[in-house]
Amino acid sequence: MTDWFQVVVFVALVWATAPVLGLHLFQVFDAQPQPRLDRWLIPVENGVLRFIGERGRPAEQTWDYLRPLLFSNLFFGLVALAFLLAQPPWLNPQGLPPMRWDTALHTAISFLTNTDQQHYTPEQSLSDLSQLGALQFLFFTSAATGLAVGFAFIRGLCGRPLGNFNTDLIRAITRVLIPLSFVFALVLLVNGAPMTLAGPVMLRTLEGADQILVRGPVAGYEAIKQIGENGGGFFGANSAHPFENPNPFTNLLAMVAMFAIPAATIDAFGRFLGNRRQATLLLLLVTVLFLALAAVAIKAEQGGNPLLTAWLSGPNLEGKEVRFGAGITALFATITTGSMTGAVNGAMDSLLPLGGLVPLFNLFLQVIFGGQGTGVAYLLVFLILTVFLTGLMVGRTPELFGRKVEKGEIVWSSLILLIHPLFVLVPAAITLADAPTLSGISNPGSHGISQVVYEYASASANNGSGFEGLGDGTLWWNLSTILSLLGGRYLPIAALLLLAAGFARKPKVPPGPGTLATDTGLFTVVTGVVILILGALTFFPVLALGPIAEAFSLTGAP
Amino acid sequence: MTTLQPPIFPRMPRGRRDQRRYTERPRSDGLLGRAVVQSFVKLDPRLTARNPVMFVVWCGTLVTLAATLEPRLFELSPEAPGRGFNALLSLILLATLLFANFAEALAEGRGKAQADALRRTQASTQARRLLPDGSEALVDSSALRRGDQVRVSQGEMIPADGEVVDGVAAVDESAITGESAPVLKEAGSDGASSVTGGTRVVSDKLLIRITADPGKGFIDRMIALVEGAERSKTPNEIALTVLLAVLTQVFLIAVATLPPVAAYINSPTPVVVLVALLVALIPTTIGGLLSAIGIAGMDRVAQFNVIATSGRAVEACGDITTLVLDKTGTITLGNRLAEEFLPVGGHSERELATTAHAASWFDTTPEGKSIVRLAEKLDAVTALPMDTATGLEFSARTRLSGTDLADGNELRKGAVEAIKGFVRSRGGTVPADLDAAYERVSRLGGTPLAVCWNAEIFGVIHLKDIIKPGMRERFDQLRRMGIRSVMLTGDNAITAGVIAREAGVDDFIAEATPEDKIAVIQAEQRLGRLVAMTGDGTNDAPALAQANVGVAMNSGTQAAKEAANMVDLDSDPTKLIDIVTIGKQLLITRGALTTFSIANDVAKYFAILPALFGKAGLAPLNLMGLASPQSAILSAMVFNALIIPALVPLALKGVAFRPSTADQLLRRNLLVYGLGGLVVPFIGIKLIDLAVSALRLV
Repeated sequence: MTDWFQVVVFVALVWATAPVLGLHLFQVFDAQPQPRLDRWLIPVENGVLRFIGERGRPAEQTWDYLRPLLFSNLFFGLVALAFLLAQPPWLNPQGLPPMRWDTALHTAISFLTNTDQQHYTPEQSLSDLSQLGALQFLFFTSAATGLAVGFAFIRGLCGRPLGNFNTDLIRAITRVLIPLSFVFALVLLVNGAPMTLAGPVMLRTLEGADQILVRGPVAGYEAIKQIGENGGGFFGANSAHPFENPNPFTNLLAMVAMFAIPAATIDAFGRFLGNRRQATLLLLLVTVLFLALAAVAIKAEQGGNPLLTAWLSGPNLEGKEVRFGAGITALFATITTGSMTGAVNGAMDSLLPLGGLVPLFNLFLQVIFGGQGTGVAYLLVFLILTVFLTGLMVGRTPELFGRKVEKGEIVWSSLILLIHPLFVLVPAAITLADAPTLSGISNPGSHGISQVVYEYASASANNGSGFEGLGDGTLWWNLSTILSLLGGRYLPIAALLLLAAGFARKPKVPPGPGTLATDTGLFTVVTGVVILILGALTFFPVLALGPIAEAFSLTGAP
Repeated sequence: MTTLQPPIFPRMPRGRRDQRRYTERPRSDGLLGRAVVQSFVKLDPRLTARNPVMFVVWCGTLVTLAATLEPRLFELSPEAPGRGFNALLSLILLATLLFANFAEALAEGRGKAQADALRRTQASTQARRLLPDGSEALVDSSALRRGDQVRVSQGEMIPADGEVVDGVAAVDESAITGESAPVLKEAGSDGASSVTGGTRVVSDKLLIRITADPGKGFIDRMIALVEGAERSKTPNEIALTVLLAVLTQVFLIAVATLPPVAAYINSPTPVVVLVALLVALIPTTIGGLLSAIGIAGMDRVAQFNVIATSGRAVEACGDITTLVLDKTGTITLGNRLAEEFLPVGGHSERELATTAHAASWFDTTPEGKSIVRLAEKLDAVTALPMDTATGLEFSARTRLSGTDLADGNELRKGAVEAIKGFVRSRGGTVPADLDAAYERVSRLGGTPLAVCWNAEIFGVIHLKDIIKPGMRERFDQLRRMGIRSVMLTGDNAITAGVIAREAGVDDFIAEATPEDKIAVIQAEQRLGRLVAMTGDGTNDAPALAQANVGVAMNSGTQAAKEAANMVDLDSDPTKLIDIVTIGKQLLITRGALTTFSIANDVAKYFAILPALFGKAGLAPLNLMGLASPQSAILSAMVFNALIIPALVPLALKGVAFRPSTADQLLRRNLLVYGLGGLVVPFIGIKLIDLAVSALRLV
């Protein structure tokens, strides 16, 4: 019962923050003056812009926006890679050695792409300097890159020029990510998360054993980890670790933090469009989809394993954070995979088949709030596809937001549709084809399929959570997931920007009674169905062979 | 013979509109037979490769055929489906291909029959070319070039498109219009001077300047269009093809990656079943019918006796948001009739009627004749010596006409402003009650014509405009579809306003000149609207070219016909409204079948996946309770194949379309084709499965 109550509180908090934060995002990315912030931040921002030689002119071509994005990201990635490969003795209280090259490369790219898959155990592999200089640095830049793309895309759909990438990137950091994570870090600090460079403490446990307790600048790291939908833990246990997630209150805030920016981006989109009803309906759509999935996951975990219920009543507590309980862990899992955060406070691997189906499903769809900036962009891509499919049925060339949806939009939208299966199913099939040598799967049968598919889905969706139970620190896993990480990040970004730039150049068609209205309940429902059909049909076979087959095996169906 | 107005009036449509629909044109028999033959011809991979969806089916058929010949070709496991199953599957896939080809061939065949009929008129003829020295040389019609002059006499075929330079003749144009009554052609006048190659002179003779090189004439274009030979895909069709191609690739990835995944849990995936799964998932229904829908759309336009220069133009019709229409001939019946005489300045009605009778003596326009008739009805016949008088032709510049008596008296009738000017120039005064009469007529929606004798105005003739029946309902329909109508008229603002209100148009431009048309179109286009218009005169040509959809009347000039992207062979301006409906219907049909096709996938998954992975524990997904795995797969494939011919009539005829708002259309079509697409295959596959197991096919 309390689980369901927390679901309600959670959704209420997300809906309450969305318009407030949405207005702020709108002002930041619409470049509206904000008297107090501007006085402090403009000199700083301009200083940085001048330093990198940026004059802040809006991009005329897609490439003008994409080029600084790619070059800056390349630069950020190289910086982080250098930190990880060198891992110098400074701020390295445990004296940890440099990372292996392939793990370092995978880690750098994984954090660069806002994914944060971790094929290593952080507290045993990374110095405080690496955590701060490489990873926390990428937390900000990767989230800001996503936000920049999201708002460039929104601008394009609303018929405006894409904007200036460097300005967007810097403003996203100075005005959105730093202020929010600063406040959240303080809250975490007050609730007991450590924030120190003093290194680990040695202590004697009640049993009399010696234990090394790793500490570090956790509160600040944790805040942007959640807010920027990054998800890579300071500790291997991620949000199940009491230092990262001290109590149920911070757990609730951590969950809200994951949905806050994507929900607010949808709200800000409505303000850009000048049609807040459209945004509210989209927010409602993803909320309903989220609630349905959360209900499946929570119900499954609360019910416990049907094979054990004869002996053991109660929820499925394997791999759960018992401080929060099975239901809340399932809720957390739904949120972290729905948003592309990937932080976990329990073991995905230990979820029951239907509980594990939900995160996989989220990773396939990528829109149930979705990634930082990219979530709303994918949602709008589905809207474009829906308008195209159903729009013809009103007897006009389909129109969206007063512009015609034609070949260009369809080419880029459907390319985005194609990228995900390509980078999930193909490597998963290759891995499974040579399972004994490549995969290091810990489970035979359907569960093993889920593990492998999940790893690539998480990489390609830039989520970063792992189903675990996978010996993924190998050369094969590091290098093959890099392809999915990069492919799942930069190809859709390029396609999104090309789509938006082309769309903005189209002549505007005034709406009339013959125009298909997209801000209606009916159309929103249709969009939901199209998301489910187009997004899920592709992955239905692997879902069937993985979690669904596993679920049937538990219920003992023939 | 002097004619005051172009002697040819747009032929008025015969009968009621809905009765004229689908004018039957010459059709050759054996349409179905030829379509069947074509279905096999189209199996040629070079032709199939143009359609990515059907090409995948084609490749799949090869695979299953190979597996039929040698079942061990792809798999060694003893559980692999046997030769009988593979053969059945191959047959079903082949049928799927043939059905899709048949749909296309049937649509093309209808156009081809039309083209053949046209081509018969094109049989090479001899032409008498005029040489520079004035003599004639007999040449083959294919040797004629632009600018050549030819003489054509009674009974001869006009060898190529051209303009009449000299002479008056009746021409039988039934070959292109289907209208048997000959039309009069003569030099100089708008519209009546253009002749089309392949039509026949039935009386007198003409001197014609050729305006089209061989192979580029009107009939050649018509043949190319109805035949679909040069059919290029329309923008919407291209976008849809892209989406279908990508969906095909997505499903290709989904299916191709299945074997290793399934092998991991020791579940075999026979190649033939994977082929079946792939073909079931890719959108074969819309993929197979897409080109047929497009061709059929063009054909439907052609059945309305309209020739569209491209499919793009037909599609653009669906997007039209503004119709610019001439009042006369489109909204009102072309002929205004005299209704009453309103005397002014102390004159009696009889005086006015007699004067009007005299002033209209030489006027052979319907308006003029109706004035004469009305005067004669009032017994107000002029006693003036008309045998010595001469007529003054109406001109657009002076806006008046009349009669000059031999003794120098001038009788005039015309636009009120024009008559006022005429009277003032003769030193006369304008009676005070003229404006009241003028306004009275205008307020009734009539056209006032003033009548004067020298410098004295006698009164006003009320010419009544008759709005075509049913126009109001049509404009209401258009409004519901979101289309604005703008009426253009030379009338004054009051008259125009009254007629606009009565007819129910949204906007009007009064006292418009032909040049105003292009201004109105450009103004609408600046607001982002797409504009359609009709026109026939040479001065309409720029506006026809400027409009997004320009429909020229076949009775119009060559210039207008070339500028337009459609030509209406019946010269009926109201047909524009029908064409808009066809354009919308075309788009709706395409969207509806796409939605249907994609929605079908859900049921097919639930048929094939449990059959394929029954051993992996997915048997509970067999929601339909299909008899056996093999029968499930065959049933899904049979449904997949049969749904194509089942939808052919819909694809050719178009989805039923009732003019309504976008929201209503969406609601209705989603219910029928979206929800239907989800539910129908569940029922269909189950029924086929019952039949398959009853027949013990597998």
